[in-house]
Amino acid sequence: MDQVEAVFREERGRLLAALARRFGDLDLAEEVTSEAIETALLRWPVDGVPANPGGWLMTTARRRAVDRLRRDQVYAAKLAILQIEAERPAPQAAGDELPDERLQLFFTCAHPALAPEDRGALTLRCLAGLTTPEVARAFLVPTATMAKRIVRAKKKIREARIPFRVPDAAELPERLPGVLQVIYSVFTEGYAASAGPYLQRLDLAEDAVRLARILHRLLPAEREVTGLLALMLLIHARRDARSGPDGGIVLLEDQDRGHWDDELIAEGRDLVVRALTGGVAGPYAVQAAINAVHDEAADFAGTDWPQIVALYDVLLELDPSPVVALNRAAAVAMRDGAEAGLALLDTLADDPRLRDYHPYALARADLLERLGRLPEATEAYERALALAGSEPERAQARDRLARMRAY
Amino acid sequence: MLLINAGELDLQDAPVGCEPEDWMRFDKEITDAGVVVASESLADLVTATRVEVANDGKRTVTDGPFAETREVLGGFYVIDVPDLDVALDWAAKCPGSRGGGSVIVRPIADF
Repeated sequence: MDQVEAVFREERGRLLAALARRFGDLDLAEEVTSEAIETALLRWPVDGVPANPGGWLMTTARRRAVDRLRRDQVYAAKLAILQIEAERPAPQAAGDELPDERLQLFFTCAHPALAPEDRGALTLRCLAGLTTPEVARAFLVPTATMAKRIVRAKKKIREARIPFRVPDAAELPERLPGVLQVIYSVFTEGYAASAGPYLQRLDLAEDAVRLARILHRLLPAEREVTGLLALMLLIHARRDARSGPDGGIVLLEDQDRGHWDDELIAEGRDLVVRALTGGVAGPYAVQAAINAVHDEAADFAGTDWPQIVALYDVLLELDPSPVVALNRAAAVAMRDGAEAGLALLDTLADDPRLRDYHPYALARADLLERLGRLPEATEAYERALALAGSEPERAQARDRLARMRAY
Repeated sequence: MLLINAGELDLQDAPVGCEPEDWMRFDKEITDAGVVVASESLADLVTATRVEVANDGKRTVTDGPFAETREVLGGFYVIDVPDLDVALDWAAKCPGSRGGGSVIVRPIADF
C-alpha cells in the first residue's frame, strides 16, 4: 500500500463495513471499495476534495456495485434493492462522516464459525486495511496460501450466512472476548515474533493498537475493550527500550526507562483506571494494571512486586491458565526469592501446554542459575535455545549458555 | 440443516442425559417458532444398511455402519432461518447438542 492509499486506510474500513452490511457480500463490498478509492485518487487531485469525502466515496461505491450487478445475472434480486439504494443521496451524518458500521464487521471477522487462524487474517485485511501480501507477511505464510485462506473464509461467511450484525446485549459477553482475542493475538505476534530475524514486529503491534483504538471508540463503555487498549499501550510504550542496538533482547531489569514512551504510559494509565472502575475487573484490565505497576516504577529495584503478585492472584482467579501461573511464579521469585519461584515453576512442570513453551524454559533456567544449580540451569538453557522462535531469542539463549561455561 | 449426532449411548442405544421430555419440549418450541421445513428422527442404528457401487458398476450392500464411529446421525431438522447465528441458537437449544452429542449446522446449497 503506498502513502496515498494509507490515508484511506481508516476510510476504507468504514466504507467496506457499510457496504458489506448493505450487500451481505464481502467480496462485492471489497471490490467496489477499492474501485471507489482508486477513482478518488485519480479525481480528487484534479477536481479538488469534495465537501463530503465519505459520502462521495459511498455514492461512487454504490454506483459501481449497481454497474457490476447489472452484468451479473445471479444478483438480479439484489440489484432491485440496490437500484433504490443508489438513487438515494449519501447519508449526511454529523461532521460529514458516514455512520460507523465497522463494529458489525469486527464481529463477523471474529465469528466463532470461522477457523481461528482466519479470524486474524480477515480482521487485518478488512479492518486494518492491509493488503493480502501484507497479511501474508503478518502471519509468515506465502501470499498464495493467505489468498486461499481469505477466499475460503469469505466463502464461508457468504454461504453459511454468517451475519453482519452486532450481537445483542445478551450475546455480547459471549462474543466480545473472541474479538478481543483476535486483536491481542496480532499484538502479541508484534510484541514477540514467533519466528524471523527480529524480536519485535512494530508494524503488527501498531496495527493491533490501531484496531483496539477503533474498537474502543465503537464500544467506549465496554471495560474489557478499554482494558485491552490500556494493556497494549502500556506494553507498547516500552518498545524502543526492549531491543539493543544490535537487535538483541534487553530485559525489563536492564531497560533504559528514559526510552519508554511517556505519552502512551499516561494514556494507558488513564484507561486502566476506567477499565478497573465499576464492578469486577476482567482479565485484560488486570493485565493492564500489572503493566501499569511496571511502567510506574522509576527503576527495576523500585518495582512494587507485592502489588504485582496480588494482581496475578486476581488474574489467576479470572484466567486459571498455565501461562498466567508461570508469570505469577516469576513475580513471586522477585518478591520472595528464586527458591519460592522455582518451587512454583516445578508444580507446573507436567503441564503439556508449557512443555514446549520457550518462556517457561527460560524462566526456569534463570532461577536455577540464580540458585547456583548450574548443571540444571545449563540443561534448561539448552531447552530454551531449542524452543526459541525468533533469532534474538536464540541469541539470548546462546549468550546464557556461554555464560554458564564461563562460571 | 441441523444434523443431530448422538453422544454417549446407553445400553439401549439411547442418548445419555436427555429425557424424552427434553426432546418433546424442544420439538414444540422449534415447531411453534414456524421455522421447521422438515424433521425426522432416524430409526435405530441396527437398521442401517450401507450401499456402495464400485467403478465396474458392481453393487455392494452391507450391514452397518456400526456405532464404533463416535458420531452417529440420530435425526435432523431442516429449518428456514435468516442467518447462521439464528441456526446456531437453535442448534444450542437442541437436546442432541448436550451429553457429549453434537449438532452440525449445514447450510442448504442454493441452485
